[in-house]
This record gives sequence, C-alpha cells and structure tokens, in this order.
Amino acid sequence: MVVTKLIRHLCLFTALLANSVLTSFVLVNQAQAAVLPEDRADILYHRYEGGGMTIDGPAVLVRKSVSEKVSLSGYYYADAVSAASIDVVTTASPYTEDRDEYRFGVDYLHGKSTMSLSYSNSDESDYTANTLSFGVSQDMFGDLTTVALGFAYGWDEVGKNGEPEFDEEIDRYSYSFGLTQVLTANWIAAFNLQAITDEGFLNNPYRSVRFVDPTVPSGYSYQPEVYPETRTSVAGSITSKYYLPYRAALGFEARYFDDDWDIQAYNVGVDYTHPIGNEWVLTTRVRYYSQSEAEFYSDLFPYRDAQNFMARDKELSDFTSITVGIGATYKLPLDDYTERFTGSATIEWDHIEFDYNNFRDARETDAVAGEESLYSFSADVVRAFVSFYY
Amino acid sequence: MGSARAILILVTLLLASGCSSIKPWVKPYERQKLADPIMSFDMHPIAAKHDAHVFESREAARGADGSGGGGCGCN
Repeated sequence: MVVTKLIRHLCLFTALLANSVLTSFVLVNQAQAAVLPEDRADILYHRYEGGGMTIDGPAVLVRKSVSEKVSLSGYYYADAVSAASIDVVTTASPYTEDRDEYRFGVDYLHGKSTMSLSYSNSDESDYTANTLSFGVSQDMFGDLTTVALGFAYGWDEVGKNGEPEFDEEIDRYSYSFGLTQVLTANWIAAFNLQAITDEGFLNNPYRSVRFVDPTVPSGYSYQPEVYPETRTSVAGSITSKYYLPYRAALGFEARYFDDDWDIQAYNVGVDYTHPIGNEWVLTTRVRYYSQSEAEFYSDLFPYRDAQNFMARDKELSDFTSITVGIGATYKLPLDDYTERFTGSATIEWDHIEFDYNNFRDARETDAVAGEESLYSFSADVVRAFVSFYY
Repeated sequence: MGSARAILILVTLLLASGCSSIKPWVKPYERQKLADPIMSFDMHPIAAKHDAHVFESREAARGADGSGGGGCGCN
C-alpha cells in the first residue's frame, strides 16, 4: 500500500522533473556553470528557554567536495529536552528527553544543474522519523534565474512511553518549487512554493482536550485528543535581499500558509546585515507571525466526545508571535597560524513573544472554566557556533 | 495531489512562457555585490536549520521556508 503510494508520488515527481529540466535545457542561453556549495564545517551550541521548556544541545555540519562535481555533507543535531510546559503541568508530569538527528547528503553538479540526494534519521524514545529527499536546481537565462524542484518522502514511527504495544505510523510527502531571480546588480529575490501531505497518526499521543464536566469541582475534565488522519498544506513565500548604497544588506521575507484543517497563517520579516571592517558582521531582524485555529480546535469542548475530531494543542490555536533577534560574527585571526583554512565565531540571540487568542491558562484553578486568562509566554533562543572554511 | 497538480501547471506556464529571447541584464562582471556573503539567503546553514526547527515546532505553518535551493550563480 505504502509502496504503491510512493511509486505514484515518484511518478508525479518524475513528470515534474522532466518538465522542468528538459524545458530549461532548451531555453538555457550560455556561459557560467552552477557551483557546488562551499566547503565548510560548523560546530554549534543551541539553547531554547521559555514557557517551562529548556532545550539545548550541540549540532555539527560538515561539507566537503570530493571532486569538481561531487560534494558530500553530514549533519548531526542533538536535543536535550527538559519539559514543564503548560501542557505538561496541567495534564501530565514534567519529563526529560533526548533526541538525535543525523543527515547525510550528496550534491552532484552537471553543467548548470545540481542534483541533491539526502537521507535523515531522527530518533527519540517514542518517535523515529526518516526522510529521503531528492532535489534538482538549474541555472538559466545567463544565470540570472535558478529553478529548483524537490521531492521528499518521510516515514515516521510513533510510539508512547510506558505503552510498548502502542505502534503507529505516518507517511509524509513533500513537493517543492523554487525560483531565485537576480533582479538588478544590487537586488535578488526568491519565490518558493511547497505542498506537504501527511497520512497516519498525526496527533500527540500524550495530549488531551478539556470539556465541561459539572460533576467535578474544577468544572472540566480531560480526554485524549483526536486528529484527522490526513493533512495537506500549501505554503508560498517571497524572500528578497537588497544591497544598500554602502556595504550592508536589507532582507525581506513573507510567507502565506493554508491547510485542509482550515488553518491560515502568514509571517513577515525584515533583517539587516552590517559588516564592520573585515572582521565583524552584525545582524538584526524582526519577524511577525499569525495563524488562525484548526476547525476542530477548542479551548473547552461543551461535553465529552463533542466532535469526531478534537484538539486543544496551542500549536493549532489562534495566536501571534513576534521575534526580535541580533547576531554578531567575528572573523577569527587564523591567518597567523595556517593558510589551510579560515574561520569565524558567531553568536545569535532571538527573543520571541507568543500571545494566544483562544488558549486559556488552565493553571488558574480558582477561575471559572473557560474564563481563565489567555495564555502567553516568551522564549529566548541562543546559537553560538564556530565555522571553518577550507 | 491537487496541490501537486497546481505546481505542475505553474511550472509548465513559467517555463513555456517564451522567455528564450531574454538577454541577461546583469552581466557576470556586475555581480560582485550579489556574490558578497552578506547577500546570501543562507549565510550560516547550520543556524538556519535550527532557526527553522524552532519555529516549525511551535507553529502550524510549515514549508516554503527555504531560499530556493539554488543561489544566483554569481560566485
């Protein structure tokens, strides 16, 4: 069944690919070849703290060309989660958990085309995710335009700690299209479109919804949430970078999202990159995000089993968030010691404010059910990393 | 599947729209500013991966957050 579906999706993707690549070969003008991504190694420490959650750990990304046409990459990412979030505090016990992710990729350059293949595996005690991705990008029109197509298939295994017999699956299909365009000698923009379909056990096996229950003092009780078994979404975005009259860059991003759970979302952001001499690069950004709630979301259902599908995940509720971030990169003075590579050190800090419009703070036990304060929280994200270029 | 078909139609329209007569209006030797690392959509890929993960885990929206996967061929 799964194999049949995968073949069907692969056939569709092959048609997309042939359509793009063959047409672009006909239209290609001349000159310059595409380039492989640059060789570099990054070692990063990340930390997220907010809303009762602390998540931190290391990540490593290494990329190396093995010939003029082939570049290999390896990525490792680890999370250590310490969770006492509002969901955990109100319906379960605080927990700690580790997650490891590995990704291996190969890029193959052929003329003006780059083909990419990658496999990733993410593993935690109750969830395993695998993804196989294939992409092709093509430079055309004097290399002013790059068209990229991607397909990814993911297969996840969902477990539940304490219940060894709990064994569910998810299949994920992703199609993406990207167009990067040089507009002027100072201005570049990109358009991206991505459709994703998920099939399987999509809700969180630990999370619950609450419903009005006059038989208990709090006025409400909990029951497990139930999601539909399919979800399809489409997102489209525009990103742009403009080189200012002095050496600095102004960036812009906007994305619109829509899915068949009736969630619409958008985000807009601007960023500014400002080098100081040859040693420092400073960055700053602001990002605003807004989403509507899923059609089967409710903060408080009127009674038990009120609907076929029920969710009270704040991630599916109506909310907005605003992010303000700054960063600094310093070029390491390695020239005195070696000519084989150069390096830099970077630190980035983001502050995020989340404001929920229909998710109430159920920790307020003295309030009437459904009349608690609306929930909000803030988070701080820090990334510190060193990069080596060779 | 409907979404995938929409992409297929869009790609066909874009690529079949008679662009072969277009001459590149930014010459290779005019691209030194575009090739400056500060103009990259993805200056630090490892940080971008973590950044995307932070938002994806907390938002319902997903996808189309890449930079086109290509670059401008200006290196």
